Amino acid sequence: MQVPAPFEYERATSVDQAIGLLERLGSSARLVAGGHSLLPMMKLRLANFEYLIDINDLHDELGYIRLSDDEVRIGAMTRHRELLESDVLAGVFPIFRDAERVIADPVVRNRGTLGGSLCQADPSEDLSAVCTTLDASCVIRGPGGAERVVTMEEFHVGPYETAVADNEILTEIRIPRKSFRVGSAYAKVERRAGDWAVVSAGAAVWLDDAKRIVDARVGLAAVGPNTTGIPEISAALRGHEPGEELYRLAGAIAARSCDPVTDTRGSADYKRHLADELTRRTLRTAVDRARS
Amino acid sequence: MTTTQDTKLTEFEDNDQNPVGFGRMLRKEDARLLRGRGRFVDDVQLPGMLHLAILRSPFAHASIVSIDTSAAEASPGVKAVVTGETLKGLGLAWMPTLSNDVQAVLATDKVRFQGQEVAFVVAEDRYKARDALELIDVEYDVLEPVVDVRKALAPDAPIIRTDLDGKADNHVFDWETGDEEETNRVFAAADVVVKEDIVYPRVHPAPMETCGSVADFDPVEGRLRLWSTTQAPHAHRTLYAIVAGLPEHKIQVIAPDIGGGFGNKVPIYPGYVLSIVGSIVTGKPVKWMEDRSENLISTGFARDYIMRAEIAATSEGRILAIRTNVLADHGAFNGTAAPVKYPAGFFGVFTGSYDLQAAHCKMTAVYTNKAPGGVAYACSFRITEAVYLVERIVDTLAYELRMDPAELRLKNFIQPDQFPYTTKTGWVYDSGNYEPTMRLAMEMAGYDELRKEQAEKRARGELMGIGIAFFTEAVGAGPRKNMDILGLGMADGCELRVHPTGKAVVRLSVKTQGQGHETTFAQIVAEELGIPPADIDVLHGDTDNTPFGLGTYGSRSTPVSGAAAALVARKVRDKAKLIASAMLEVSVADLDWVKGAFQVKGDPGKSVTIQEIAFRAHGAGDLPDGVEGGLEAQICYNPSNLTYPHGAYICVVDIDPGTAEVKVRRFIAVDDCGTRINPMIIEGQVHGGLTDGVGMALMEMISFDEDGNCLGASLMDYLIPTALEVPDWETGYTVTPSPHHPIGAKGIGESATVGSPPAIVNAVVDALKPFGVRHADMPLTPSRVWDAMRGQATPPI
Repeated sequence: MQVPAPFEYERATSVDQAIGLLERLGSSARLVAGGHSLLPMMKLRLANFEYLIDINDLHDELGYIRLSDDEVRIGAMTRHRELLESDVLAGVFPIFRDAERVIADPVVRNRGTLGGSLCQADPSEDLSAVCTTLDASCVIRGPGGAERVVTMEEFHVGPYETAVADNEILTEIRIPRKSFRVGSAYAKVERRAGDWAVVSAGAAVWLDDAKRIVDARVGLAAVGPNTTGIPEISAALRGHEPGEELYRLAGAIAARSCDPVTDTRGSADYKRHLADELTRRTLRTAVDRARS
Repeated sequence: MTTTQDTKLTEFEDNDQNPVGFGRMLRKEDARLLRGRGRFVDDVQLPGMLHLAILRSPFAHASIVSIDTSAAEASPGVKAVVTGETLKGLGLAWMPTLSNDVQAVLATDKVRFQGQEVAFVVAEDRYKARDALELIDVEYDVLEPVVDVRKALAPDAPIIRTDLDGKADNHVFDWETGDEEETNRVFAAADVVVKEDIVYPRVHPAPMETCGSVADFDPVEGRLRLWSTTQAPHAHRTLYAIVAGLPEHKIQVIAPDIGGGFGNKVPIYPGYVLSIVGSIVTGKPVKWMEDRSENLISTGFARDYIMRAEIAATSEGRILAIRTNVLADHGAFNGTAAPVKYPAGFFGVFTGSYDLQAAHCKMTAVYTNKAPGGVAYACSFRITEAVYLVERIVDTLAYELRMDPAELRLKNFIQPDQFPYTTKTGWVYDSGNYEPTMRLAMEMAGYDELRKEQAEKRARGELMGIGIAFFTEAVGAGPRKNMDILGLGMADGCELRVHPTGKAVVRLSVKTQGQGHETTFAQIVAEELGIPPADIDVLHGDTDNTPFGLGTYGSRSTPVSGAAAALVARKVRDKAKLIASAMLEVSVADLDWVKGAFQVKGDPGKSVTIQEIAFRAHGAGDLPDGVEGGLEAQICYNPSNLTYPHGAYICVVDIDPGTAEVKVRRFIAVDDCGTRINPMIIEGQVHGGLTDGVGMALMEMISFDEDGNCLGASLMDYLIPTALEVPDWETGYTVTPSPHHPIGAKGIGESATVGSPPAIVNAVVDALKPFGVRHADMPLTPSRVWDAMRGQATPPI
């Protein structure tokens, strides 16, 4: 049994109470949601905090998937399993279900949350790539109920670093809906079920009535310090009729735009190849879904 | 006698019928294990028990300049902090390994691998012990490590074992088998010679339960009780007597339920010894339970052989000879657990299942700055490496000859009339009938259809591979005349006692780690005595109430201890017959044994059951002259030879041409382990071993960076397969009994771990044939398969 260093533990009863605790305890405290990234790091003593503030009781307040005409709002405490099983979400953005099927295992999915995944800011994290692909924005609440909304690019400051300050909480993810036909998809290569991605890719495509691409986005994971979108791909696809030629072009841009490193999951060359291959695959599926 | 059957109907007819003897029945131990009522080492709670945590080296190679324990000693709840210097004073800083080397219990001069034991803390609870480790201040002087095994013998390589007098290099041993001159002659005259460099990377057994112990030393009685995760409690007790200088009769080693061993729990680890020291120092019981990272980085690894293989054949595909040169990485101490006269284990069976004219192997073993060990992970003493070598090199020959790999194997098998067969490296295969086993596997697979499907898919650019492995194992170590561990002969004792009411207890020297001994051994006794398995208690694991023997590893339980159980039951039956003759008032010669009873020849109505005999043996009334009361017996069984199970495995894989991901679509395993005691347990062993094989072939490897840091220190980094990586196993069997085993049984525990990696790798390489790939090393991760597809396959180390 791996045991963490000593820490004190509080259970938050509301978002504002949790922010109050954070305000008081500063950087010596850390929020714990599902805990499936944080607790292993603490047990390995890679992370040590004096205080843990458990926000699992905030699931009632922050666990939801709300669909309106112009956006989807997902509470930060929404669990993987809820994202996986939501037919409403799969109906508009099937990329979520694609991704959740290959995230970890049922035990982790029962507990882990969307907000926790994003705040962990692991460059290999799947939901960050999904949110990047969908051009999501993040709602961050601070003391006094002050809220600010940032883009995914702004949210990810660097590996394991986000725009959320010591006295703030990520409360909600907002995904814009556009009045076009939309398709989205996610693909991941892993060495074994439940492993972190060797590389994964998400794609979303919006088509007009003439079935031309109005907008398209690709998000990659595990091929660089950040999982930011690749604007060059969007620019190259906009206004064109989708097809294999275009996917090849997008794949080539993905391969040259990413910055993978060689590690035990694979060589940098292989990962670059996968960025290409998975970009093409997910675009193809996304377009098929948009058309149907 | 050989019978060939498919798996379909007959095996299920007796399903869960609780047979009185051999047959399919649910495991007796599962009622306990599945309900959470098992009792493992970590479940042991003793009054006043303290907890021990070990400080380990962060470096692969470094001198210890100083250790300051004062802050740790002052930490709340800490009862003792002990360093190597303290142990040195007690003469306990070093201990013998199972290969006649020595290993540091706690480092004194320097650390030799990352994760090596440096100091320990005993505290009131596990948390306080672990927290205090952070307060021990060790100053290291970092030395250049030897990480690349190929450079271990370079003239300028740093010397690891400076503790050994006059040691001026990192050489452990040279070993050789076979006839070099004759082999070279055959190679020189052969039509075809194929050479391949083959690496079997370092892997870890990774049992679900990590290693640990609870030591309870009674200073008044001078008695030590030690609960520990050991596969060999009796051998461990003797070694503790030697290491710690405690008298053997005052030591009780108890292996309670064990959560997986796979060889990982054969060696004595420093942690076990430290718990004993901790108990002696504090006067309290002390528990040590390593965590997952400690298990992965510091305990017995397996494999780590770099092999150059060569095969010689005629152009028609008659295999003539095999030779190999092996570089073996033994880590910082030679902790290999193998019979002493076999430093390379049973690697000598690399000649496989084929009738050769010559064979030769030369091996060099070296020290590196990595964890010690070498034989673990269900390898049957290095047969895993041997079978991988021969089955891979035979496939490369098929590739060069453009021959079907099944046809090539069928053409070269040792024939049934050649048994007992002496190989060119001196192993005497007891029995075998290979072709029916191979044919059954091919039939179950639909081999010809698969080849057709493959041709169609290749034409469409799809990648499908069919891999074959045929293995012969050598298990059941072993005849005591040439097999011992540190002088202890590899025989096993067995005691059987039948109680007055006809219930029985059988005491074993071997120890289950999940294999199902409590069921299998009850069934062996049931078969011989006709007492239902439910009425037979199987005791094992506690040195105070079981006979001496060397324990469970190398698939030796059924070949050695299983024979002992059958023979001890026959001894009891012989005595029962004398008592029956008195009860029935007929001569012994007039009695027939029908399972469970003696009856008078020609008068089936006149009989006595074994239960009635048992009561009479303990009851009032006269017994025949010379017959003592009671119904019990004891033996120590010394096997006359190893047993040689065999099997034919066929694997079908699909590879995604875009991502290079390998999917194991089907796996057909036909095993021949002689007489089958409990088919369900056999299948369970096979399923587990096949899953192991998928792990090794596709994902498992302990790797190190250039500084000697272990890169697989958690199960996030050291991958083991899940249900999602494995297909529905298709198992079948043939039966070729062992002629020298009393019930004709051979070992089965490791067959599938031995046989499956080459089948899977052969399948992947077969799928990659369109790319001109003849060999690719494990682990075949997507990245490495993609390299192979581009002609850039590299060894993993």
